[in-house]
Amino acid sequence: MVHGILAMQHPSERPKWWWWVFVAGLAAFFITMPFHLEIFVILEMSRFFGMAMLALSMGFLWGFSGILSFGQTAFFGLGGYGFTVLALNTGETTGSVFFAVALGAAGAGILGYFMIYGRISEIYLSVITLVFTLILEKGIRATSGDQYVIGKVRLNGQNGIPTVPQLDVPWNTSVQLDINWFFWVGAVVMILVYIGLRLLLTTPFGRVLVGIRENERRTELLGYDTRRYKLGAFMLAGGVAGLGGAFYAISIPLAHPEMFSLGRAADVIMWVLVGGKGTLIGPIAGVFAIEHFKGWLGTQGVGQVTLVLGAVLILFVLVFQRGLVPSIGSLPGLWQDRAAIGRRLGEAAAQARRPVRRRGQARRGSGA
Amino acid sequence: MLEVEGLGAGYGRIPILNGIDFSIARGEIVGVLGHNGMGKTTLLRTLMGEIRATGGVIRFEDEDITRLAMHRRARLGIGYVPQGRDIYPQLSVMDNLRMGEIVRRGQSAVPELLEYFPVLEALMERPGRALSGGEQQILALARCLAGRPRLLLLDEPTEGIQPSIVDQIQAKLAELTRALDLTVLLVEQNLRFIAALAERVLIMQKGTIVASIAPEQLSDQAIVDEYLGI
Ligand SMILES: Nc1ncnc2c1ncn2[C@@H]1O[C@H](COP(=O)(O)OP(=O)(O)OP(=O)(O)O)[C@@H](O)[C@H]1O
Ligand SMILES: [Mg+2]
Repeated sequence: MVHGILAMQHPSERPKWWWWVFVAGLAAFFITMPFHLEIFVILEMSRFFGMAMLALSMGFLWGFSGILSFGQTAFFGLGGYGFTVLALNTGETTGSVFFAVALGAAGAGILGYFMIYGRISEIYLSVITLVFTLILEKGIRATSGDQYVIGKVRLNGQNGIPTVPQLDVPWNTSVQLDINWFFWVGAVVMILVYIGLRLLLTTPFGRVLVGIRENERRTELLGYDTRRYKLGAFMLAGGVAGLGGAFYAISIPLAHPEMFSLGRAADVIMWVLVGGKGTLIGPIAGVFAIEHFKGWLGTQGVGQVTLVLGAVLILFVLVFQRGLVPSIGSLPGLWQDRAAIGRRLGEAAAQARRPVRRRGQARRGSGA
Repeated sequence: MLEVEGLGAGYGRIPILNGIDFSIARGEIVGVLGHNGMGKTTLLRTLMGEIRATGGVIRFEDEDITRLAMHRRARLGIGYVPQGRDIYPQLSVMDNLRMGEIVRRGQSAVPELLEYFPVLEALMERPGRALSGGEQQILALARCLAGRPRLLLLDEPTEGIQPSIVDQIQAKLAELTRALDLTVLLVEQNLRFIAALAERVLIMQKGTIVASIAPEQLSDQAIVDEYLGI
C-alpha cells in the first residue's frame, strides 16, 4: 500500500482508493498549515508551489515520456514574465494566469516542433532546451533600456519587474488574495496539477507516452505517430512550467531573469533526481525537501551553503539512486525481504573473507 | 495485396537490398529463406518503413506506400513482429496488448486475443521482461494482431524457442491466418516450420531474391544444398 501511495503503482493503472485518501491527506496537510504556522513560514512556503509545478513539468516529461528537457525553466520564466506583463497591463490576474500557461505551452510548441519533427537525438534535445533557456535569460537581461516596454510595462533587464500583482478574486478583481489565501490557492493548484498528470497517465495518451519512453520505434510500428504524442507531452509540460512560473513570480514577488538561469535549471534536475524520477509525487517532495534544507542551512550560519548542499545532494543521489520517494516506497518490500537481505549480507561477508584466506594459502604455497 | 518492384535499401551508404521483386496475393502465406546476414530482416524493415527505400516501389493494396511513414503503414493494416520480439519489458502483458489496440478505437481487443492465446491469461499482470522467450513471442504476435493487420510480417518467430512451443506457434498461426483472413510474409530459418506453413518460399541471397520454390522442395536435399548449403 505504501508502494502505491508513493506512486509505485503502475502508472497506467487507475489510482486506488487509498491514493485518493493520500491526496486528500496531502491537501488537508497544506490547508491547515496557515492555522498553526508563523506568517513568514507561510510566505516562504508559498514559493515552493510554483517550484513544485516546475519540478512536476520536468518529472512528468522525463519520467514518463523519456524526454529530458534541461530547459523547463524557459517556459517557467515565460510564464512568470507573461503573467506579470499582462496582469500589469490589464489589471486582471486570473486571465493572466491562463495566459502564462498558454505562453509556456506555445513556447514549448514552437521549440518542440523543430526538435521533435526534426528528429534530433535525445542528447541534442537536452542541450538545445538548455541553450534555449540561457538565450532567453540573456535576452531578458539585455532589456534594461527604456525602449524595452510592452504596453505600459518596462521589462527592466537585470533587475526584473518587482511590481508583480498579487492574485485577485476572479469575480471581484478589486479584492486581492491575502497571504493565507494565496498559499491555499497555490497548494490547491499544485495538487490539482498533480492529480491531473497522474490521471493523464491512465489514459491512452499516457499509455502511449510510457510506450515511447520504453521503445519509441516499437510504438511507431504499432501505428502511433510518436512525434505528435511527444510534442503534446512537451507542450503540456511547457504549460505546467508556465503556470509554475506565474505562481513563483507572484510569490516572490518578482519576475526576474534568474528564472531562466542555469542555476535554476540545475535546481530542477536536483529536485527531480532527489525526489524520485518516474514518480509524480517525487518531484514535489524534492522541492520541499531541498528548498527547506537550503533555507535551514542558511540559518545555521554555514558559510558555504552551495558547497554543503552540493556535497549532501551528491551523497544522497549516490545512496538513494532512485530518489527519495521510490526508496521509501521500497522499504516495506525490504522489510518483507529482510530474511533474504540478511542471507545476502551474510554471503557478501563470507565472500569478502574468502579471498583473504586464499591469499594466505597462496603465500604459504609459494613459500613451500 | 503486396507488390514489390526493384526495391533497394541499405544502412547509411552501404547497400543491402537491391532489385527485390515479388508480390503476395491476398490470403497467401509466403516464406523467405536465406542465410544469416542476407538481408531478410532488412527487407521486412524496409517494407514496414523503418528503413527508407533507396529505390523501387512498394505497393500495398494498390496504394504506393514507398515513402509512407511507419505509423501510417501500420494504420493501413501492416503488422510487423520483429526479430527478437521487442515487447515493452517494463509494461505489463495487459498494457503491452493495449498498446496494440489503436485501430480498434475504444473497443478492447483483449478478450478476443485471450481466446486465441489462452496462455496469456495467467500472465496478464506480469511485466513483459518476466516472460519466457516463447511467451514473449506469443505476446508479440498477440499485440500485433490487436491492431487487426491484414498483412503480417513475421521475422523468425521460432528463433530460440523450444520445439514443442514451435509446434504450438505453428498450429496457432495456421489457425489464425485462416480465421482472420491474414496474408503473411514469413521469414524463417526453421525449414520444417516454413514448409508446414508457407505456400511458396522465396530464397534470398545477398540482398536479392534468387528463386521461388514450392515448400515440398524443401525436403529435397539437392535443392536445399543449392540455395542454403554452406
Ligand atoms: N543497423 C545496421 N547497420 C548497418 N548494417 C546492418 C545493420 N543491420 C544489419 N546490417 C547488415 O545488413 C546485412 C543484412 O542484415 P539482416 O539483418 O537483414 O540479415 P538477416 O538476413 O535478417 O540475417 P539473420 O538471419 O541473421 O537475421 C548484414 O550484412 C548486416 O551486417
Ligand atoms: Mg534477421
